[in-house]
Amino acid sequence: MTFTAFLLYKALLVLIVFTISLVIAMYSTYAERKVAAFMQDRLGPNRAGPFGLLQPLADGVKMFMKEEIIPTVSSKFLFILGPSIAMFTSCITGAVIPWGPALHIGGNVYPLQVTDINIGILYIMAITSIGVYGIMIGGWASNNKYSLLGALRASSQMISYEIAMGLAIIALVMHTGTLSLNKIAAMQTGWHWNIVYQPLGFVIFLICAFAETNRTPFDLPESDSELIGGYHTEYSSMKLGFYLFAEYINMFISSAIISTLYFGGYHMPFIERLGMPENLAAILGVVFLFAKIFFFIFFFMWVRWTLPRFRYDQLMNLGWKVLIPLSMFNIALTGTLMWFFGRLH
Amino acid sequence: MQALTTRAKVAVNKKMSFKERMYIPAILGGLSITLRHFFKKKVTIQYPEQTREFAPVYRGHHVLKRDENGAERCTACGLCAVACPAEAITMVAAERKKGEEALYREEKYAAVYEINMLRCIFCGLCEEACPKEAIFLTDEMVLTDYARKGFVHGKDKLVEPMDKDKRIDVSKRQTKEVAEFKTHPEFAHNQVYTKSLK
Ligand code: SF4
Ligand code: SF4
Repeated sequence: MTFTAFLLYKALLVLIVFTISLVIAMYSTYAERKVAAFMQDRLGPNRAGPFGLLQPLADGVKMFMKEEIIPTVSSKFLFILGPSIAMFTSCITGAVIPWGPALHIGGNVYPLQVTDINIGILYIMAITSIGVYGIMIGGWASNNKYSLLGALRASSQMISYEIAMGLAIIALVMHTGTLSLNKIAAMQTGWHWNIVYQPLGFVIFLICAFAETNRTPFDLPESDSELIGGYHTEYSSMKLGFYLFAEYINMFISSAIISTLYFGGYHMPFIERLGMPENLAAILGVVFLFAKIFFFIFFFMWVRWTLPRFRYDQLMNLGWKVLIPLSMFNIALTGTLMWFFGRLH
Repeated sequence: MQALTTRAKVAVNKKMSFKERMYIPAILGGLSITLRHFFKKKVTIQYPEQTREFAPVYRGHHVLKRDENGAERCTACGLCAVACPAEAITMVAAERKKGEEALYREEKYAAVYEINMLRCIFCGLCEEACPKEAIFLTDEMVLTDYARKGFVHGKDKLVEPMDKDKRIDVSKRQTKEVAEFKTHPEFAHNQVYTKSLK
């Protein structure tokens, strides 16, 4: 592959991943409203287009048209920086996720991953930590007590749950022996999904993923009923749109990460045995991955419309006194099992 | 004290067992409930295309009836205003002039008759009080408005149209018992009109 061809292919891939994240986030808002409605025995949006499918567009137009308000007492630069960081960080995490097996076209290999850095997991952890800044800066710059409280809650919540999440990942890394998402996805062939070997780690990771994406039951940073809107109380127009959008992209990316880390990524049992041509298998792999992702997005919504919000002290209790010891136990357990049975793969 | 329902439970502040403190079984239970609702039949009524079924005796917007010749029945006696628990009705009475017999049935009529729809609780007591079978509640809804003023409905909105085909049918509001009751000799002056109410 020449350098230009390489550049072109990467640029195209970035564009596709970016577009897909945005479109999925867009339709997640629609799906969320539909799921919420269905679970409450309603119909949900059904006026804009067939089945209300154009609803996200209408919402987007509305967001753009709304009046842009920047409070005079806020610090303007930071006020704008907040949502920008939130949006930016949620968009760039998609870069390390292996969306499917490599395509083989004309003797060249085209991996369906923007970049396979060998510390993929660490990269994601790092980016999610930066994502906290978006919320914190936005909440603080608004100069509003509700925003500040929301921002405080967000930062302490995310920092607390990042620890448990990291510890859950350590056990996974011990088991897989690599930090590269591509290798982790590639090794989960057949029924060797990591969930089978790391059930406890998966539960911890899942709970932490809910907390990291600020989804109910951990939506304390927003908690509409107590803090008006939490960190984005003062935001309007597209800046608010960015925050809300970032949440949905985060949800999409977390679902992708959960599927990749614990649910075999693009693998599906029995399909590999059919001996399909490589490229067809690769495309099917993408389909499987997205099926898993959509399931988890649905799961996120399902939980949101089932569970009430945690109380703040319960949240901290769960994070520090339950999840962290549990994940440490999980590390010890993984270590012991590996001591006796060796690498399980 | 006697319990009001059989479902009353004495609250106990017992310590939760380990299973309960794990919350996982409870969460799974909750998830299964919401999932079941996900596939349930939806109760939404899609309004403009689909309307809710109304009871035949629904109490909605009022109508001031005309008699079979098209004259207004109301004689501005004020009994409806007195009966109204919400004090929603006001009126100004006037005397019928010569030559207005076709417009007003009685010698005295309501020059102004207003019902404040924001005060009205649609109890139907005005209808019950009326000795002239002049006011009835119908199955029409009170339309919305942007200002309070618009909810004070005067005669322009209350009196039914002159046109015989556009008269508002209130026969359903007259239950058999009421119709029978009104055949009493005391209501003799009204009988003929009761029959012609359409
Ligand atoms: S329906 Fe009841 S509240 Fe309304 S005007 Fe008649 S008497 Fe008053
Ligand atoms: S509507 Fe009936 S009760 Fe009311 S003033 Fe007229 S005649 Fe009297």
